[in-house]
Amino acid sequence: MSLTPDEVRRIARLARLEISAEETDRTREQLNGILAFIEQLQAVDTAGVEPMAHAMDIVQRLRSDAVTEPDRREAFQAIAPETEAGLYLVPKVIE
Amino acid sequence: MSREAQWEVVIGLETHAQLQTRSKIFSGAATAFGAEPNRQACAVDIALPGVLPVLNREAVVCAIKFGLAVGAQIAPRSIFARKNYFYPDLPKGYQISQYEIPVVLGGGVAIKVSPDGTPREKIVRLTRAHLEEDAGKSLHEDFHGKTGIDLNRAGTPLLEIVTEPDMSSSAEAVAYAKALHSLVTWIGICDGNMQEGSFRCDANVSVRRPGEPLGTRREIKNLNSFRFLQQAIDYEIQWQINEIEEGRKIQQATVLFNPDTGETRAMRSKEDAHDYRYFPDPDLLPLEITPAWIDEVKSGLPELPGAMRARFERDFGLNAYDAEVLTDELAKARYFETAVAGAGAANAKLCANWVMGEIASRLNAEQREFAQLPVSAAQLAGVVARIADGTISNKMAREVFDALWNGEAADADTVIAARGLKQVSDASAIEPIIEEVLAANPKSVEEFRAGKEKAFNALVGQIMKTTKGKANPQQVNDLLRRKLGA
Repeated sequence: MSLTPDEVRRIARLARLEISAEETDRTREQLNGILAFIEQLQAVDTAGVEPMAHAMDIVQRLRSDAVTEPDRREAFQAIAPETEAGLYLVPKVIE
Repeated sequence: MSREAQWEVVIGLETHAQLQTRSKIFSGAATAFGAEPNRQACAVDIALPGVLPVLNREAVVCAIKFGLAVGAQIAPRSIFARKNYFYPDLPKGYQISQYEIPVVLGGGVAIKVSPDGTPREKIVRLTRAHLEEDAGKSLHEDFHGKTGIDLNRAGTPLLEIVTEPDMSSSAEAVAYAKALHSLVTWIGICDGNMQEGSFRCDANVSVRRPGEPLGTRREIKNLNSFRFLQQAIDYEIQWQINEIEEGRKIQQATVLFNPDTGETRAMRSKEDAHDYRYFPDPDLLPLEITPAWIDEVKSGLPELPGAMRARFERDFGLNAYDAEVLTDELAKARYFETAVAGAGAANAKLCANWVMGEIASRLNAEQREFAQLPVSAAQLAGVVARIADGTISNKMAREVFDALWNGEAADADTVIAARGLKQVSDASAIEPIIEEVLAANPKSVEEFRAGKEKAFNALVGQIMKTTKGKANPQQVNDLLRRKLGA
């Protein structure tokens, strides 16, 4: 399987990456290289093997339901590009 | 044949229920509603680099409770996945959700439907329910041409409950939403506050001619009241039928309901909006739920509304309607049961009438919840017992209840004694008064003998007035009829 330039551009758009025409070609080559590795992996017969979601065969540790995080808004907002009335400001979202 | 009868409507609902935990699903920030913006958004919630999610045990307990309550399968091992999309109120660029293996699979919710006028029970099948995190809020008021972001809600635990396309009218969809709402509040996993967004529905709606394959569906997003749910679906059904009848095809779309116009409108959504590229979240290991844990949660679940309804009908001889109304809220059902325990099972119907009548209308008038009732169940039992033993009339009981409501006394007997409210049921005390009233009202007596029933009521009224309302009305009726030879 190999990706078309259109597919590469679409993946970039979904990831919010701006890539030039020259970068598109280079990225396409790299991604196709990765896909070639995956094709080798897919050649292995995994019938009857339970799909794996995580490399480590251990389960999730849980925390108890307690409020442990203090309010640190001032510290966080000191490094934000723009804030007002306690809100983070971002470029207008059009919906 | 009516136009509606030529079309079949197919509806499935997705409901987001905010889980009642103190802290967020993956962080230790607080979840309380109404805090100042971003005061409850910690480093994990605002997605600072290097932070890691740690799952809240209580959120999982809520999911297990739900699974048990709807008779679903609880996955012994479930997986968290990343749902990728860009929106500023989702600072990580992905929402942690569950995809291939959700925590709850299957199950069903019983609703009452009556498509042909005859009520019957229908089970709305559930596809799944999964744990996920809520997003923040975008405030689109103008901040110098920018959007304000409040991340307090980001990371609040949600249970997304998905049905099969089992509903065939807006009425059924509302019946399901109400039953689900009642269930999640009953088992205490969600506060059910729709105005604050704790319980919100998305409706997938399509129409088809009978016998044809499923039509293309449109999804109405974020309906936060039962009325809007009904209105939005009704509008959408008519809109889709019109489109098809006029020769156009339905395009799959996400639409918003505008409560001001009562219309649904397609969101201007970007191309690729639905390409979420789910994959297992490498930050979170599989969630394991052991049978022992499920048993432990099960032992802490309250009796479910369906079981309690059946018990009320069986043990207290209530009719199906009464049993259903009394079990639509846990606080109400418990109040009723405590009152019956005090007044005796023989007076269960009387207790039910008070809970569903006087109490319900007072709560409604004062916009209060059952949990804030000023008259305790034991106090109500005291009132009911005095009605049952003939001490007071229903009218007097309302006066006693009013006094208890206003905190004037601790129990019914104190009010009855203080106000001299005992009704007179003693014939020897009532008869002389009847004689007196008959002698003073010969005209009414004449009229009654001439066949005017109204005149009888006028006489009863006079007698009650003379006794200052204390005579037992039933006794007065009986004695008067006997005296008049009727």
